[in-house]
Amino acid sequence: MTTTFEPATSREGPAPRPPGRIRSGVRAGARYPYWFYLPAAVVYLVLFIVPTVVSFFFSLTRWRLIDWEFIGFENFVMFFREAALVTGLVNTLIYGVLTSAAKVVLGLLLAVLLTSNIVGRDFLRSMVFFPVLVSTVGVGLTFEALMDPFGGVINNALEAVGLPGPGWLTNPSYALLSVALVDIWKGVGLATVIYIAGIVSIPREYFEAARVDGASAWDNFRYIILPLARPATTTVIILSLIGGLRSFDLIWTMTGGGPGFTSDVIASVIYKQYQAGFYGLSTAGNVVLFVVVTAIVVPLFWWLNRKEAEL
Amino acid sequence: MNGRTRPRPRRLAVLVGAALLLSACSAGSLGSSSDSGGGETLDFLIGNDESAVALGEALVEAFNATNQGVTVTLETRPGGSEGDNVVKTRLATGDMADVFQYNSGSLFQALTPQQQLTPLTGEGWVSTLQDDFRSSVSAGGEVYGAPWGASLGGGVLYNKPVYERLGLSVPTTWAEFMANSAAIKAAGIDPVVQTYGETWTSQLLVLADFHNVAAAEPGFAEQYTAGRVKYATSAPAIKGFQHLQEVHEAGYQNVDFASAELEDGLRKVATGEGAQYPMLTSTVIQMVANNPESAQDVGFFALPGDDAATNGATQWLPAGIYVPQTTTGAKLEAAKTFLNWVTGPDGCEVARTAVPPTGPFATAGCELPADVPAAVADFAGYVDDGRTSPALEFLSPVKGPALEQITVEVGSGIRSAQDGAALYDDDVRKQAQQLGLPGWD
Repeated sequence: MTTTFEPATSREGPAPRPPGRIRSGVRAGARYPYWFYLPAAVVYLVLFIVPTVVSFFFSLTRWRLIDWEFIGFENFVMFFREAALVTGLVNTLIYGVLTSAAKVVLGLLLAVLLTSNIVGRDFLRSMVFFPVLVSTVGVGLTFEALMDPFGGVINNALEAVGLPGPGWLTNPSYALLSVALVDIWKGVGLATVIYIAGIVSIPREYFEAARVDGASAWDNFRYIILPLARPATTTVIILSLIGGLRSFDLIWTMTGGGPGFTSDVIASVIYKQYQAGFYGLSTAGNVVLFVVVTAIVVPLFWWLNRKEAEL
Repeated sequence: MNGRTRPRPRRLAVLVGAALLLSACSAGSLGSSSDSGGGETLDFLIGNDESAVALGEALVEAFNATNQGVTVTLETRPGGSEGDNVVKTRLATGDMADVFQYNSGSLFQALTPQQQLTPLTGEGWVSTLQDDFRSSVSAGGEVYGAPWGASLGGGVLYNKPVYERLGLSVPTTWAEFMANSAAIKAAGIDPVVQTYGETWTSQLLVLADFHNVAAAEPGFAEQYTAGRVKYATSAPAIKGFQHLQEVHEAGYQNVDFASAELEDGLRKVATGEGAQYPMLTSTVIQMVANNPESAQDVGFFALPGDDAATNGATQWLPAGIYVPQTTTGAKLEAAKTFLNWVTGPDGCEVARTAVPPTGPFATAGCELPADVPAAVADFAGYVDDGRTSPALEFLSPVKGPALEQITVEVGSGIRSAQDGAALYDDDVRKQAQQLGLPGWD
């Protein structure tokens, strides 16, 4: 739009634009014409909006890649009848909440430790962050070998001190928890870094004032760090919860959802439907996953942010 | 300043343009060079497992040496469900190789052959195919595939020295099998080897029991395809799930059954650490490669059912070689030339010698070599006696994808046989609906 107004003079070249011509009242801060947005809009439309709409459509069909048949909500009905889905749904919640909670607690404690004056602080910081950098599939395969009940390093070590090691990944009661444990190990570094940033940004004056008032280390933690690191807590909870709810790669490489269906989560159930060639059904599963994650994260985000504003 | 900086992006644009032009040129010249060479080049997609690659390389090398104006090049893909997706996606996007190898039976049916593959019914070699194989690569009255390699048997690999030492004989009923297992356990040997670290291996007690199902209930496959009989409610069909549960409850499995892998299982049965391993004869190659003495020491018997009189083995038919509809014109002719050679005596000779055969072949006149391992010879004996049935997946397009997880659960005591069979029936229903079969809505 604006291009039609301004360019005539500006294109002529050297003559500077008279200040009076800047129509600040109408489009404050808009330096660029609207069509500058076009490339980004096209990319966003083609790569995000179109596939999303299309996937909502295909979730209502029996899809064979080469053709499809419209079947209404039958895929959703079938997906909810899927025996593994109930286990998957419960497991997803357990996994998401467990890993998220552990990352918050451990991340905060590690961050407090790593912002205090300890020897080798920088080295320890990189140590904690290191697992984040390693490929998830690599971590999964490594831990699968380490957790092997017969001849795996972990159980051999336990045996050496006289403890019987469980079948970490083969016992239906432990499989999901073992994977969650590895997920926490791998993800706590990121939570720690976010907390470190949060703690470091707390103004020193608070601590100095607290020292004058004779506050203990615990008081510092309880009344300064904990409330003022709240934005960091919000970020860590949201990020790790979303990550946990849609977690797939680690579970898939470590147990494949097994033994049987006992460590299946929604994402692995969906993946298996896709693998089996049930494309419409797995798309419906993705829509369900989208709704579940949104239904949990959006209210949580709103609630956490509201609390933050109240502070 | 403007004047000096501007040429740079322009030079960059020229460079990019030139690069685009160059790449366009090379792609074009690649395409034309194969045409102008006089011969035709065929791209042949096969699975990437060791024996498939060995067979593929031997076939291609021998065929290219015959100089029929066709040069075949190999391309490999992953196996298992990942491979299924590669094949389905490439077919759907019109990006399939000129010729490709893939399972026959239910997985072949899932490719919607009428819409995606070229019928080969008119080819001369079709008449030499065995009936079971021909129907496993047929859809809507047309034949779509040539046999790839040998068939294989599903049953029990057993350690002969252990059997001899304990004075046992090959069981022909399930009761005998359990009695043998009790004697083996008393001798301190694992009676039934199970390896759920590789989940597919858990399905054998169910899938290889199909000969017994078919013997007890003729016409099961058609009824099953039509959705009129179910595993959970058919007395012969549910037996496989029950056997799995019985074996677990009797404590006949090796102690590391939950984490052991195929290789461990083969080692156990080869060395006598375990006595009986429900398995496919396709694994014999790997077993013999790792434990040469197992070529004589390990035999094969059919999974026993209730009736000794109808005792027999379940046979897995060879995979097929198919031509997608995207292969046309001169390429299609070249593909037919290749398939004609593969199914002929020369192709048979290569298949017999390049890899150790796992069972009888599907073309008439193509015989097994004399020196095959004992387990394969035992299985061929069942075929010669006519005591085999094709596995259900070759008679019916209906096969559920989650069977391996279900059998792991039943075999680990997580789920009962009845529950497992019912769950499998639900699983199968999805597959039938996806295929658009009547009687499943």
